Amino acid sequence: MFVSYKWLQEYVDLTGVTAKELADRITKSGIEVESVEVLNKGAKGVVIGHVVERDQHPNADKLSKCLVDVGEGEPVQIICGAPNVAKGQKVAVAKVGAVLPGNFKIKRAKLRGEESNGMICSLQELGIEPKLVPKEYADGIFVFPSDAPVGADALELLHLDDEVLELGLTPNRADCLSMIGVAYEVAAILGRSVKLPERGVHENHEDVHHYISVRVDAQEDNPLYAGRIVKNVKIGPSPLWMQARLMAAGIRPHNNVVDITNYILLEYGQPLHAFDYDRLGSKEIVVRRAKAGETMVTLDDVKRTLTDDHLVITNGSEPVALAGVMGGANSEVQNNTKTVFIESAYFTSPIIRQAVKDHGLRSEASTRFEKGIDPARTKEALDRAAALMAEYAGGEVVGGVVEANTWQPKEVTVTITLDRINQVLGTAITKEEVAHILTNLQFAFTEDNQTFTVTVPSRRRDIAIEEDIIEEVARLYGYDNLPATLPVAEATPGKLTAYQAKRRKVRRYLEDAGLFQAITYSLTNEAKATMFALEAAAPIRLALPMSEERSVLRQSLVPHLLEAASYNRARQVENVSLYEIGSVYLTNSESELPNEKERLAGVMTGAWHVHLWQGEKKAVDFYVIKGILDGLFALLGLEKRIEYKQAKREHLHPGRTADILLDSQTIGFVGQLHPVVQKEYDLKETYVFELALADVLNADVEEIRYAAIPRFPSIARDIALVVDEHVVAGDVQKAIVAAGGALLKDVAIFDVYKGDRLPDGKKSIAFALRYYDPERTLTDEEVTVVHEQVIKAVEQQFGATLRG
Amino acid sequence: MKERLQQLQQEALEKITQANDLKALNEVRVAYLGKKGPITEVLRGMGALSPEERPVMGALVNEVREAIQTAIEEKQAELEQQEVEKKLAAEAIDVTLPGRPVRRGNHHPLTRVIEEIEDLFIGMGYTIAEGPEVEKDYYNFEALNLPKGHPARDMQDSFYITEEILLRTHTSPVQARTMEKHQGRGPVKIICPGKVYRRDNDDATHSHQFTQIEGLVVDENIRMSDLKGTLREFARKMFGEDRDIRFRPSFFPFTEPSVEVDVSCFNCGGHGCNVCKGTGWIEILGAGMVHPNVLEMAGFDSKKYTGFAFGMGPERIAMLKYGIDDIRHFYQNDVRFLQQFNRV
Repeated sequence: MFVSYKWLQEYVDLTGVTAKELADRITKSGIEVESVEVLNKGAKGVVIGHVVERDQHPNADKLSKCLVDVGEGEPVQIICGAPNVAKGQKVAVAKVGAVLPGNFKIKRAKLRGEESNGMICSLQELGIEPKLVPKEYADGIFVFPSDAPVGADALELLHLDDEVLELGLTPNRADCLSMIGVAYEVAAILGRSVKLPERGVHENHEDVHHYISVRVDAQEDNPLYAGRIVKNVKIGPSPLWMQARLMAAGIRPHNNVVDITNYILLEYGQPLHAFDYDRLGSKEIVVRRAKAGETMVTLDDVKRTLTDDHLVITNGSEPVALAGVMGGANSEVQNNTKTVFIESAYFTSPIIRQAVKDHGLRSEASTRFEKGIDPARTKEALDRAAALMAEYAGGEVVGGVVEANTWQPKEVTVTITLDRINQVLGTAITKEEVAHILTNLQFAFTEDNQTFTVTVPSRRRDIAIEEDIIEEVARLYGYDNLPATLPVAEATPGKLTAYQAKRRKVRRYLEDAGLFQAITYSLTNEAKATMFALEAAAPIRLALPMSEERSVLRQSLVPHLLEAASYNRARQVENVSLYEIGSVYLTNSESELPNEKERLAGVMTGAWHVHLWQGEKKAVDFYVIKGILDGLFALLGLEKRIEYKQAKREHLHPGRTADILLDSQTIGFVGQLHPVVQKEYDLKETYVFELALADVLNADVEEIRYAAIPRFPSIARDIALVVDEHVVAGDVQKAIVAAGGALLKDVAIFDVYKGDRLPDGKKSIAFALRYYDPERTLTDEEVTVVHEQVIKAVEQQFGATLRG
Repeated sequence: MKERLQQLQQEALEKITQANDLKALNEVRVAYLGKKGPITEVLRGMGALSPEERPVMGALVNEVREAIQTAIEEKQAELEQQEVEKKLAAEAIDVTLPGRPVRRGNHHPLTRVIEEIEDLFIGMGYTIAEGPEVEKDYYNFEALNLPKGHPARDMQDSFYITEEILLRTHTSPVQARTMEKHQGRGPVKIICPGKVYRRDNDDATHSHQFTQIEGLVVDENIRMSDLKGTLREFARKMFGEDRDIRFRPSFFPFTEPSVEVDVSCFNCGGHGCNVCKGTGWIEILGAGMVHPNVLEMAGFDSKKYTGFAFGMGPERIAMLKYGIDDIRHFYQNDVRFLQQFNRV
């Protein structure tokens, strides 16, 4: 809402309060003033000039040579490029020495050999937005009424010596979508009174009912409808002050009748519509829901197809307006309109919102209906509009008002105690202070034994409960005056849950292991949604996506991590290690929320370790990423319960991928990206992993128990086993551990060999075994017994032979 | 004989002084103290001496031996020291060459901000509550006093999946869910961080996915002044002990009264600069007293219980704190961006 400071002064005395100060006070009391704009934008020295001569410029087709009387003795010569400049016009002249918006200084000049002593201005040149300039002056200079006094300040005549406050209104403050509403707010803040506009209507002796009748067939959508007839109007421009106020409020002037309806919309917040009575085609107005498939052409010349979710104003047979949103082209006021039917109605929010949504038509009128208008002003606004049409369009107001439905909203009263106010706010406001605030708001109230009974005026439809009154008191009392305290209550222990604490440790571990935390989008495209998914599920699609790229919920974090790696590589960042913790979304039944599961995923590509001058350079490989995961599982106390199983997964290298099992349940995978996918993402050798984080973090782990520090020496034995090349080390190790029993403390693989010194199809794996008994020193003989068992076990299970 | 011994001692000491390395020194030792050396020879000749002279001579021989022995030991220590120094000198390295790098990643800046806020409120007795990102319309809107058709719903155009299920537009549904779980009994003291989604086109200041962190306290006798005190505490811990806050009246459907909360500018201290656009204040939070409808819907008696809630955007805080100019940086995961947040 744009509020002209000068216009506002008609309703509230603003003496002693500048526009800037007013803006600050309004903001502090609840409505944010987003800007205060000085309309003339620094322009000065622009006066009314009278064009006494206009000739063609001798050297330029598109320029005129004008003699203009600016009220300073002899007329001056000015060269003008506007196509509409003509002899006899009153125009805005920027004299030599004048300044136009943008600090544009006017100097004496020569244009194509002809002297020019100033500039005849268009409204755009005076700082008015092009879309607000009346259509007839859009491509040229603005022509003032012929009675504009020569030499007078043109900026003042255009009301540009004004400031405009832009209010950022929250949805609850629709009452301030009108000048009168703003006046009440300002009056409450300043503690001053409100002067309402005059609306004396002089009616003729005719009866409006002879002209028109009204019937509403959709009571719920349209609980109030009133109309008047104004005849013998002469369509022409509205007075300059009205045009100026409309432009300052962001509305383009059209003609006197339309401008008056818009002016009333701004003044009262009541949208009006003016129909050309003679073009209605009937003597009745019927308000009803549109029929499915019914069509109409709106004012903007667009043919609209309607449904029964839309409300239309009809002439009894066909629509003449899309109610509350836009009039019909068939009944539009035109230059030759003689008789006007003014509609002032109350349409309910949902029906208007639906039309706005379906037709993409948001207007000053629809916005007000959507947010809710004051039903008490419907007839007041109608009267004022009729009076203004009589005054400024030469019309004659036909006697009486046609009405259908005369809904009166229920009066709202709120009862609240002083105690409650102070209890909720933590203040010690007195009952006198509360009474003072309610008085300034012009809320009627009674007070009895510190209990206030407040009657809420119909303009403030946002106020219905105690808390609303508390808020009114608080904001006018001033939040700066609110003390700062801390809750007085029983102490509550603040603590992360076990899950949250572990998740933080996981983050820190991975970061200390060299991975950066990434955060990627949850929405992706259909193809990527199911890629790398740990569990198969149907994709979940948005009903109304903004783009195909962000239309489906992800089931794995890996695709977007790959995108991030690719993004980096495209920017010469070759070494990328990222991890992400985030949700994936798996379908449930239609009516239920999806299964949202937290995952941990990572991507690694490029060099892992580089220390060039010492000749160290290690690229990321499977065992680098697996080592990081091993460390993670060790951190979580799960290393003995984790197993890696050779696996084949789509989009991953068939020979370099493992499923990760926790207590024999698959909880993730790790592997090298399949070369085909790698190419699609424009990556080099890349490794990824994804884990079902919740399964990992929720696994029960025993508390740490101290074990005695070894007091006896251990005995080490190494064995190199030759096995078939398809035998995996993990299985052999498991067999060794099983056969080694309690005395086998640990086993480590220290060499894997495959090559010339072994038969084809064979490989050798070397293990270092360490035997230990916490109770005593083992003898060689004892160890040999166990060690023989180990060797026997692997011989039997894998056909292994000891490598000589 | 005595002269002979004194001469030997002098000779030996001279040779010891001249010895340049351990090998030469050893030769001196063998030459003078060895079994075939001159001193041993002198000892053998002692048989010819009278019984009175023998002990005198014997003592002298020992004296000479000891003197030579001591000199050798001293020289040996000196030579060994020299040798060590020589070896160490040869082992010198260029300490200005770079060390073996330790790879280290770090938190995403949003996590950094969120954890800092979490920890701050944990210190004030809050717990961290989390909830689903795909939410029921009921929890996202209706339970927060935003019934279907409420005008404020168009403040948050949403990604719906079905008519009843959508991507949450704020983390407030977690508040509704937590209150519901408390079954009408306080206190509730939670912080809810998480991802939220809105139908916005991504540009420098908008993102269809972003994060929020909200707080909620519900108990008997919770006052609006408690909200002010709590947020002032937060502002000072988060942005510096000199910070102040101010409330500006505002509107949210789920709180009444509602306020926007400004923090005095941590860049200029409130004098006005380009960070605070000359106002001295920076808008950081939305807050208010929990609307009675919200309390009642979650099963709390709004006559007995009151509460406050507040919410803020980690993106905005991170952008202000670190001077980040484009919200898209948070979701592009450019390593050159991420690694800037790698230190205290």
